Amino acid sequence: MSFFTRLKLALSVLFGGELPASAAPERALPAKVEPPPPPPPAPVLTAEQQHAAALFFLGLLQREGRLLDFLQEDITSFSDGDVGAASRVVHAGCKKVLAQYLALTPVVTESEGATISVPAGFDASRFRLTGNVTGQGPWKGSLKHHGWQATKVELPAVPTTVDVKVIAPAEVELP
Amino acid sequence: MSATYSIGIDLGTTHSALSWMALDAKEGRGPNQAVLPIAQVTAPGTTEERQLLPSFLYLSADGEFPKDALALPWKGDGRTVVGEFARTHGTRVPTRQVASAKSWLSHPGVDRRAKILPWQAPPDVTKVSPVEAGARVLEHLAHAWNKQFGKKAPLAEQQVVVTVPASFDAAAKDLTLEAAEQAGLERVTLLEEPQAAVYAWLEAMGRGWREHLKAGDVLLVVDVGGGTSDFSLLRVGEAAGELSLERLAVGDHILLGGDNMDLALAFAVNERFKAQGKTLDAWQLAALTQSCRVAKEQLFSNDALEKAPVTVPGRGSSLVGGTLKAEVTRDELTRLLTDGFFPKCAVTDVPASQRRSGLAQVGLPYAQDAGITRHLAAFLSRQAQSLQLSTGFAQPTTVLFNGGVFKAQALKARVLEVLSGWLVQAGAPAVKELPGADLDLAVARGAASYGWVKSGHGIRIRGGTARSYYVGVEAAMLAVPGYVPPVKALCVAPFGMEEGTQADVPPQEFGLVVGEATRFRFFSSSTRRDDVVGAMVEDAERAADLEELVPIETTLAGDAVGQLVPVNLQAAVTELGALEVRCLERNGKGRWKLELNVREKGP
Repeated sequence: MSFFTRLKLALSVLFGGELPASAAPERALPAKVEPPPPPPPAPVLTAEQQHAAALFFLGLLQREGRLLDFLQEDITSFSDGDVGAASRVVHAGCKKVLAQYLALTPVVTESEGATISVPAGFDASRFRLTGNVTGQGPWKGSLKHHGWQATKVELPAVPTTVDVKVIAPAEVELP
Repeated sequence: MSATYSIGIDLGTTHSALSWMALDAKEGRGPNQAVLPIAQVTAPGTTEERQLLPSFLYLSADGEFPKDALALPWKGDGRTVVGEFARTHGTRVPTRQVASAKSWLSHPGVDRRAKILPWQAPPDVTKVSPVEAGARVLEHLAHAWNKQFGKKAPLAEQQVVVTVPASFDAAAKDLTLEAAEQAGLERVTLLEEPQAAVYAWLEAMGRGWREHLKAGDVLLVVDVGGGTSDFSLLRVGEAAGELSLERLAVGDHILLGGDNMDLALAFAVNERFKAQGKTLDAWQLAALTQSCRVAKEQLFSNDALEKAPVTVPGRGSSLVGGTLKAEVTRDELTRLLTDGFFPKCAVTDVPASQRRSGLAQVGLPYAQDAGITRHLAAFLSRQAQSLQLSTGFAQPTTVLFNGGVFKAQALKARVLEVLSGWLVQAGAPAVKELPGADLDLAVARGAASYGWVKSGHGIRIRGGTARSYYVGVEAAMLAVPGYVPPVKALCVAPFGMEEGTQADVPPQEFGLVVGEATRFRFFSSSTRRDDVVGAMVEDAERAADLEELVPIETTLAGDAVGQLVPVNLQAAVTELGALEVRCLERNGKGRWKLELNVREKGP
């Protein structure tokens, strides 16, 4: 699967609703992993629609967590204290959005630093091998990052009555 | 059409919710009591389903939002927004937001059918009346239900129970029914909110409730919502080997709730900003209040934290440069909230009520004393006299909490500590808390449960009216210049009058003039429980235990204008829980309903 096909699939899944059951967190890895069930045929999204979904999500993060304001601001001249205070606004708001619309769990439940085994024929979208990648597996290695996966996505429908390219409208206060 | 479902609607001051259950269910629903996801606009162009519908209206201006951006899955007027977006956007445009409509509905100082909301809005805003505002929220809930279940079971055909504060008087209840009617719900039953919380608890416990309550227990319901506090006392009795529940008393209307607590923290933090020379605008104050609410929840849920940060973003796009920061300390939290709203006090304490200066603005009559425990002390003391208890105050054995405020264990603990302190000092055992209360959704759930109970299942709380009602009768005496004869109050409906019953007021005969409006002054009491129909209270205006309500009036149509028709009064409590006062022509067929005049308060 090319990177771009995979991205397209990820996007269509992210904005398309329920994930297949295989995405549920697993306690231990089975010795032999069944190939994942074939993904449902991805609805063909026009570039415009894909962009709309991404822009809409960015709009949510801006509205609740001021993410765009934070990223677009030149923070070099501010003290860590100022950046810290602002990051609390971003953290609280963006976290609220994630909690509202997504269920996020680690890909593996073992704690980071533990030694875990990765079977031969592993699901390459769930694991990334680093270091001395050689041989046919199964492998034993140290878990550096537990990964993240979305087990539920319930985003509101992308609006059609407002222009989603406008991520935040200009605000004008009347005296 | 016969109803399939019992629908419970919590029409709250700050949030509303809807729960339902099948009327033919054999068993209660247990703790999983269905709650309807309510579609609502959360941002222009976005509609989402939430369990709670904020009870706010936003009256948008022409062209304020893109065309159809406020559209819902049903046909609306395209400009009135109910719910989440009305709540959040209204903080930026306060003159177009209707908030606390329910408190206005029970405010006797204003004409509640007049288009007065948003209060102090500029003239070009199309205002609504408190009744209409309530109707819009109910209409929204009806649409949300009908979108999902309307084909099989339209809401107007179901058995609908709407909750009201126990402290609502007859006029406020009437207006709630009127709002329901405007929303297309013609047969709505009213239920007191604290009772609803008890029904939800009973249903959640199933048969297990008898393990927690026994005959002789006195249950105190402490219900602190977003904007109001409400107390009720229930007695657990025993009849033919079965436990029974009877509502003994309800408290007065207290406009004081969880929102006041967030505001109290915000004010304190704002003082610090002011001292630093920083001025916050209305939008930033709203953001500060929100941030204080989060800080409060963090501190209350984690005893190890000594302080929690509060941040207020600037309105401009410069987030890092514009953010103000402060912190709320645990000491402040305890001082302002735990001690401020739930002070340790004696059961003999009474809430401070200072009269505002002569020409106070007609706003909502917010409670003057924020000490909820002092209001509780006054309630229990007053009821001891009324219930003719030998103790100085009514002594509950058990407490049921309701309202999101009590997610904070510290606040629950404080109420229990204060209550138990009073009891132990009086030689009685400490109170215990009923476990398993559902703090946010119990009222809607319990209302649905009540509809089911009413159709013959489970245990029903007996109670009747929580007040007695009186009409004013002028004492007949010779006119003396400069002397206004005292008004006597004649009891027309006794305390505890049950739904679906009526009471005749036998001996007194009144003369009504045909063709002219006849008015009666109208009084009620939440403590005079021994007055029977026909009892007379001398000098109603000076009686401390009588409260004057809106006047009631009628105009008799008749052939001979100016003719005097002798009538008797009759009071009835309808099946729906509304009080009706009627005039019956003596020796004739004439029958007229006296309307509560909710447009103005009595003289």
